[in-house]
Amino acid sequence: MISDLLHSLPQVLVDGLTLGAVYAVVAIGYTLVYGILELINFAHGEIFMSGAFIGTAVMLMFESAGWLGAMPGWLAYMLIMAAAMLVTGLMGVGIERVAYRPLRSAPKLISLISAIGVSFFLQDLVRFIAELSTGSYLISSSTLYNDNLQLRVSKLGGSLGDAFLKTNTVILIVVAVLLMVGLDLFVKRTKWGIAMRAVAQDRETAALMSINVNKVIALTFFIGSALGGATGVLFAQQYGTVDPFIGYVLGIKAFTAAVLGGIGSIRGAMFGGLFIGMVEMFASANLGVLTSGNFGGEYKDVFAFAILIVVLIFKPEGLFGKAVKEKV
Amino acid sequence: MMDKLITGLQGSKYAQAALLALFVALTCAWVFLMDKSVVAFLLLLSSLLLLHYTSFPTKIKWAVGGVMLLLVVPFATSGGASHEAYMEVATQCGIFIAMALGLNVVVGFAGLLDLGFVAFFAVGAYTYAIFSTPQATEFMSGGWLPLTGSYFWLFIFIGGFIASLFGILLGLPVLRVKGDYLAIVTLGFGEITRIIFNNLDKPVNITNGALGISSIQAPNLFGYHFTFPHQFYFIVIAILALVILCVKRLEHSRLGRSWKAIRDNEIAAQSSGIPLIRTKLTAFAVGASFSGMMGVVFAAKQTFVDPTSFTYLESITILVMVLLGGMGSVPGVILGACVITLLNLQVLTEITLWLNQLTMQGIIKVPHALSPSKMQRFIFGAVLILFAIFRPNGLIAARNRKVDEGRLRAANAPVSAKLRDPSGHGEGGSS
Repeated sequence: MISDLLHSLPQVLVDGLTLGAVYAVVAIGYTLVYGILELINFAHGEIFMSGAFIGTAVMLMFESAGWLGAMPGWLAYMLIMAAAMLVTGLMGVGIERVAYRPLRSAPKLISLISAIGVSFFLQDLVRFIAELSTGSYLISSSTLYNDNLQLRVSKLGGSLGDAFLKTNTVILIVVAVLLMVGLDLFVKRTKWGIAMRAVAQDRETAALMSINVNKVIALTFFIGSALGGATGVLFAQQYGTVDPFIGYVLGIKAFTAAVLGGIGSIRGAMFGGLFIGMVEMFASANLGVLTSGNFGGEYKDVFAFAILIVVLIFKPEGLFGKAVKEKV
Repeated sequence: MMDKLITGLQGSKYAQAALLALFVALTCAWVFLMDKSVVAFLLLLSSLLLLHYTSFPTKIKWAVGGVMLLLVVPFATSGGASHEAYMEVATQCGIFIAMALGLNVVVGFAGLLDLGFVAFFAVGAYTYAIFSTPQATEFMSGGWLPLTGSYFWLFIFIGGFIASLFGILLGLPVLRVKGDYLAIVTLGFGEITRIIFNNLDKPVNITNGALGISSIQAPNLFGYHFTFPHQFYFIVIAILALVILCVKRLEHSRLGRSWKAIRDNEIAAQSSGIPLIRTKLTAFAVGASFSGMMGVVFAAKQTFVDPTSFTYLESITILVMVLLGGMGSVPGVILGACVITLLNLQVLTEITLWLNQLTMQGIIKVPHALSPSKMQRFIFGAVLILFAIFRPNGLIAARNRKVDEGRLRAANAPVSAKLRDPSGHGEGGSS
């Protein structure tokens, strides 16, 4: 049994790292919005999904126009990312303006319901557009950087197996790390980042310090959504096929990652994402082996939810968050 | 002119009664004579809404409503070949009303957003499904299995009980979590339940996995078998009456007022001596039990259950019903559940058929992707956003019962005052 585990371990680590990077960047979107509005942005998973679709659409457009062969792959990748980030960022701002801002002083329950509404609305909207233009809501596109790499881990130790990955996996991880580091620097070092943190800490006082709160909130939504959209592109490039319902479960898991790391904490979200990705991949690869076939990989989603519940009950402030006392 | 008519109507109960009777008679005749007319059926059902707005005493309203549901509707629909189709829709409506009322206790009264509510429905459905089919013999031994349809009546309560047990088990860990976290945790629990039902065919085959459980026993009352929708209709009406009675009694009880207090301000409620966890748990248990009871009926009616009936979309559908009707408002939630169920089952499919016909005739071209029967998510999403922003109290807003201060004082005053006014009830009395 142990040898089986060891044999698959390198592949599990690679896959877990890939998935974890996706979760981490999406989790940052949740954490940013929650930090500033104390609202679970249920639509964030759908923003991610929209990003994947926009990326795929631009890709297909390039393909049919014959530009894909004409320009270098990295340029196409960057253009696609930029387009998806711009559109999803604007979508995020629009959603905030239409569905959340009017409810800022309403009871929490109502804003949550509005957020769920946005999530459903977007799912079907994307399905319409996809189905209208291609006839099916399941869309595959060609992917860049498909060559397979083999990590010869087996040379390191007897029982370790080799891991396989695509070049795109490396790109995904590198881009995700760049996005996260960039965001961390932005929030820590720039004037706008300081304004964001100020608004998150105390909206009224920040407003008194002549910070334009609405603008900062819109900016937060733009950044969070653009990150989500960028991850969507990475995801679509990694797995090749997208459908309008990928955002929902992935969104919950990313939210779990954000909670695990401590909501509001960007570094926590990164750690949480990687942890959830690893656990999920480990479970899906080894659950069958560990329970001698009684429970298989189909229970992998249960782990993410179980982690969420356990964390919320025993350490609701998360691993890196600060406990907040409720004031009357 | 119009205003005068309306004020005249409001003043005279006889005019209201006459108008209602006329409306019912007309729509009845229409439903009875036409073979299948969705519009007529909708109008017939909307007479109940009309009834709600009349100024009769509550008891008379209930009596008239009962007669309408027990006699008029079954009779009017029995005219054509689509009797069973109408009754099927009405039965589904009843099932969803009970579930929406259950969620209303959790969301509307206690203010706890539960996004995995359909899990309790699933628990009820599977409880009956497992024991009324040979499925139970897969993991249990005993000559008494499978149970016959005459145990159905017992299982309505067992299903409700087990669902409420699940509600408490779920609630115990979850309810320490604050508001918006609760939403996502219940969502997670709903998904876990579905995944488990979907995969529990090994190591021990309990739910038969994704294949589902089929040929569930029909209910059997002293040899009379319930197999058709027009028979289930009466079971559903009976359970619904029980559920509505429960909800109405609970709403203004001590418990109901505690729920609302927690919803409005948790800390203030706690400082006034309301046991927080226990009160929330009861809300979960009560809401879940309604759902579980209807789950049993659903399983018996469909004679088949599988995990695809219990998805996140169903949970949200019930939430839409509650929000559309009005959170915390019993008549509102009933209306909301009817509207959404009819929309789902009748209106959307009718429009789709109609559009398909137009497309066939070449008048307009509606792409397949835009077919209204697939638009539930779009519509529900839009309803949730629009109602949250513009009408958070729903179609029929919940009203807090007016407290007659004088009478309260009289009731709580020293005994001498009570003796002077023998009619003075406590604040829990009916008014």
